[in-house]
Amino acid sequence: MPILTITFAIIVIWYLACIPMNAVLTTPKIANAGGGLANTLAYSWNEVRPVLPSPHQVAREIWNTVFAVAPWTIKSLVYHLWVTLSSTLVGFIMGGLLGILLAISIVHMTSLEKSLMPWVIASQTIPILAIAPMLIVVLGKTGLPDIFTKASISAYLCFFPVTIGMVKGLRSPDVMQQDLMRTYNASWTQTLWKLRLPASLPFLFTSLKVSVAIALTGAIVAELPTGAVAGIGARLLNGSYYGNTLQIWSALFVAAFAAAMMVWFLGELEKQSLKRMGAKP
Amino acid sequence: MKRAVVTLLVSLGLSILVAVSFSRTNPPTGRDWSLSLAFVICSWVAAWSASWVADLVLPKAQTRWIVPTIFGLGIIAAWEAYVRASAIPVVLLPSPSEIAAKFVAALPILKADFVQTILRAVIPGWLMGSGAGFLAALVCDRNDFLRRGLLPLGNLVAALPIVGVAPILVMWFGFDWPSKAAMVVVMTFFPMLINTLAGLNASGQMERDLMRGYGADWFTTLIKLRLPAAMPFIFNALKINSTLAMIGAIVAEFFGTPIVGMGFRMSTEVGRQNLDMVWAEIAVAAISGSFFYGCLSLAERKVTFWHPSYRR
Repeated sequence: MPILTITFAIIVIWYLACIPMNAVLTTPKIANAGGGLANTLAYSWNEVRPVLPSPHQVAREIWNTVFAVAPWTIKSLVYHLWVTLSSTLVGFIMGGLLGILLAISIVHMTSLEKSLMPWVIASQTIPILAIAPMLIVVLGKTGLPDIFTKASISAYLCFFPVTIGMVKGLRSPDVMQQDLMRTYNASWTQTLWKLRLPASLPFLFTSLKVSVAIALTGAIVAELPTGAVAGIGARLLNGSYYGNTLQIWSALFVAAFAAAMMVWFLGELEKQSLKRMGAKP
Repeated sequence: MKRAVVTLLVSLGLSILVAVSFSRTNPPTGRDWSLSLAFVICSWVAAWSASWVADLVLPKAQTRWIVPTIFGLGIIAAWEAYVRASAIPVVLLPSPSEIAAKFVAALPILKADFVQTILRAVIPGWLMGSGAGFLAALVCDRNDFLRRGLLPLGNLVAALPIVGVAPILVMWFGFDWPSKAAMVVVMTFFPMLINTLAGLNASGQMERDLMRGYGADWFTTLIKLRLPAAMPFIFNALKINSTLAMIGAIVAEFFGTPIVGMGFRMSTEVGRQNLDMVWAEIAVAAISGSFFYGCLSLAERKVTFWHPSYRR
């Protein structure tokens, strides 16, 4: 109930904000039409290229570009979303695997932790997202397929939360449990497989949820320098070039929806796998 | 010990071997993937085993700084060797020495960009966004209805690709730094809100009951108990925000900017194939980012000295 109230309040504020935000464009038109509240609202909420589009305009634009056109044409947002999502997922899988491998080797080799861990952290103080477009151009020259270069940005962003979370998770079994494994004479692979990995699952899912969201961000930013061919990022850039605010807003909402869906899906996966491992609901 | 030294020697020898075979291929090319990959792996192992040896040889107190430094220097040395041996074109990958030379030569430009992006957009935006998030968290803490409405929304927004707002903000606030600062504010607000809210709930029930037993009001409890308990969370948010702020400001510059700024410089110099200049900007970003992060860590250490992670 509070969520609904807040959402409703935001929509109301949004509608109200449309009036002053669009005033630059609408004031002469309203004056021509004779002023009055009805005219003000009509013009403020239905501008063709508004500074701030009203919610129903955005909704209509999304409807027009998602459902009203065939999904494989360049005008369809579904097509652009698919372009972005495919590189997001490839990058997410690459980054996730890299993160898990790094975490496993860090947990098993102390010298690796000392030498690598500070650099793993330092690697994230560089605003990689900001330099992503350069990397895209450079990687593009090496002749790798396009999706791979975009995915590598996502992977670079993804691996960090996974590594940090997994190192914590793999270390989460306490000394008693590790001692028990030792008394069983378990090899390190057995300890890893039967004790450390299961214990790290909750940590893994938490990190994965963070990573999938930033993977999408990475994929969108990675599309900016490729000349705005296809993808959500291309839609954003195109929209900002031509002042087509409706296009920007609808692309933004569709991307937000996709991110929320992916996080939700991982959450469900987490629930199911933890349930099968015997966690309390 | 023996194993570490053997690994170091073998990997060093292998990397030299690969580097030599690189420079022998005629004409030398940077695009020989198998050789490149072999070199990257060998030199990485070499750098790592060097730090391994250092870890074993040096007294324990020094390893914290020296081991990662040796590893980093090893990587830079390998980078330099790779660029020289493979004669890879500068438009693909300049060597560290070229980047350093460019860095010194272009110092005035770099300084102007630094002022425009970091001092005008990142730091004010970071302060305003984090401050606003903190205040919003306090308001939410007083008003449970607002908290239950805003918290799920904040969690949702945290998962969204917020950088997408950049073109809209550039449209609203113009090309100069205000739009970049606004972008930073938008990006840093919600992480601060979520983390502060989590932090305010971090103090235990017993401690809160004690405060109530003393007859402390909300404000006193906040200052004496809950804010100190929330500090680790707040610093966590500040650290996350320091990276987000850099990203926000630079990405916003891709969507429209005056002719100064780090994001602007990077995108134009890539277009002009001056990769060494781009890497110099990246170095500026990395140095100032790490410096920022380091200062925050120091402050965190001072403020949250009681936290278990700093116990010896």
